[in-house]
Amino acid sequence: MLFASFRYSGEYGGLAPWYYIEDGGFTLDLTLENWRRLFETEIYLSLLIKSLTYALLTTLICVLMAYPLALMIARSSKRYRDLLLLLVILPFWSNFLVRIYAWMIIFSPQGALTAALNVVTSALGLEPISLMFSSTAVITCLVYVHLPFMILPLYANLEKHDNRLLDAAQDLGANRFQCFWLITWPLSLPGIYAGAVLVFIPSLGIFAIPDLLGGTNGIMIGNVIKQQFVESRDWPFGSVLSLVLTAITLLLVLLAAKLGRPAGEDNGKK
Amino acid sequence: MLEIIDVSRRFGDFVALDKVSLHIQAGEFFTLLGPSGCGKTTLLRLIAGFDHVDEGEILLDGKSLTALTPEQRPVHTVFQNYALFPHMTVAENIAFPLRMAKTAKPVIDLMVREILEDVRLPDKANHYPNELSGGQKQRIAIARALVNRPRLLLLDEPLSALDAKLREQMQIELINLQKEVGITFVYVTHDQGEALALSHRIAVMNKGEISQIDEPSVLYSCPDNRFVADFIGQCNLLDATVISVGGRHLRIAINGLGELDVCPNPEIDFAEGDSCALTLRPEKIRLAATLTKEDDEVLFSGKVHDMLYLGDVTVYIIELASGVLIEAMLANDAPGRTRLFDTDDAVQIAWRTDAGHLVP
Repeated sequence: MLFASFRYSGEYGGLAPWYYIEDGGFTLDLTLENWRRLFETEIYLSLLIKSLTYALLTTLICVLMAYPLALMIARSSKRYRDLLLLLVILPFWSNFLVRIYAWMIIFSPQGALTAALNVVTSALGLEPISLMFSSTAVITCLVYVHLPFMILPLYANLEKHDNRLLDAAQDLGANRFQCFWLITWPLSLPGIYAGAVLVFIPSLGIFAIPDLLGGTNGIMIGNVIKQQFVESRDWPFGSVLSLVLTAITLLLVLLAAKLGRPAGEDNGKK
Repeated sequence: MLEIIDVSRRFGDFVALDKVSLHIQAGEFFTLLGPSGCGKTTLLRLIAGFDHVDEGEILLDGKSLTALTPEQRPVHTVFQNYALFPHMTVAENIAFPLRMAKTAKPVIDLMVREILEDVRLPDKANHYPNELSGGQKQRIAIARALVNRPRLLLLDEPLSALDAKLREQMQIELINLQKEVGITFVYVTHDQGEALALSHRIAVMNKGEISQIDEPSVLYSCPDNRFVADFIGQCNLLDATVISVGGRHLRIAINGLGELDVCPNPEIDFAEGDSCALTLRPEKIRLAATLTKEDDEVLFSGKVHDMLYLGDVTVYIIELASGVLIEAMLANDAPGRTRLFDTDDAVQIAWRTDAGHLVP
């Protein structure tokens, strides 16, 4: 792919030959044009930043939503734990696309959600709003799809915590909030990092959700890459965009791996 | 200082504590001793505040603890598994109770350094708990619980995870530490040897009740009942019936041994016909191939049925002619000899009439 990013695109799409033979001489036919195009066209970089923001927001919302849930499951009695975990993974039983289409119905202008919201907005004398084809719709669906990937690693981490540590903290004078903030939270960070990687990376590259729910506003870098390869058939430039995305992802994974291994090593496991 | 008054705790149908009352003095090293399930840990959790009493009252310095949450009680616990915070260094662990008490940072640093000196680990301040050995973790856990000088320190089987050699060393350190800091220790253990070695006073617990509270030497030599006699140390427990009272001696009949004289128990008046038990410690029994019966002694013949070589001593199980088994003990102090008798050797045993202790 790195090689492809330095080649010209072919006459009918795909890749042009990387050399030509003229007058018996062998000449390389490579270019930096594709890379120049990335840095000189504002739209691609801003799209990249927008996608990073979406993925980051999705990850943050997932942490906020998954933490109480994972904590509740980890602290519930053994009897209900399996049932609750089953409920978490239940959405996986239906197809990914089917679930996105379900959100299309929920967000549609005639849908109950939009209708209910517009009753409120008209009562407040505001313009009616549309949920479909907006960044709100895209992020909501991104969170919905990726939430289990945050809950599961977090649960796996929280479930291993030694409750006696909380007893000890309380015994030594910590109130409930301090017990959570000084003991449970720092010990659960590896779980959060693991979940963040599992949510952030697929969110960053996704194209199906913005395709269906994003309209023109909600487009993400994944859509552009898909476009370059499938519709524009500009493989070299598609390669450039993919490489940039891969590099960013790799950097973040390395960062998460570094953060995920804090001092104290065994992280509250017995 | 700590008063426990008629405290009961039930879990469903199971009575963990049944009207337990205790009075612990300031500066005392007090031990709750008993087999697992006797309620000793439940009592400790009630004092620490992790559990609530069903009935009764716990008073510390005359004030009720009942309404206070664990973090509000001037009581700290050393947990069996140490419960050190794995994501904090040793210094941060020890500073934890001081931080919770909003102590000023320079004072915290000073106190942490001092207590690390006290537990002889001054160079471990910046290590993480998983880099320490079991004995070091134990000392840090104790340091953490002692650093802001609680009124009461609770220790829940703190030495049970250590090997025998280290345990003995830690016992000596605990005794010295307690003397140094002068804080009241309440120690929970199922190990009677540990309890005898450490405590000023011991409460022996059984099935949610207190069997006896006394100093270690009194508990050992004058148990109040069969449970205490049996639980603490090795003991021959011989069921007996009182034949006659009066005079210097009590005459009792023991199945297989016949009638014999014993000194009466000054605490309990036995009447003729009462059933009782004679408790006889193995080390109080004389054992030899042939013995001459002295005044105030009873003597029996038998043979060696079994023996346990323990290094410093050998425990012999002697089978009397009637089939009764008596445990006796001999120190292996003769030079060049490992043990004195072999299985089936004919031997004689004797004990003084005041060697045994009569319990109901």
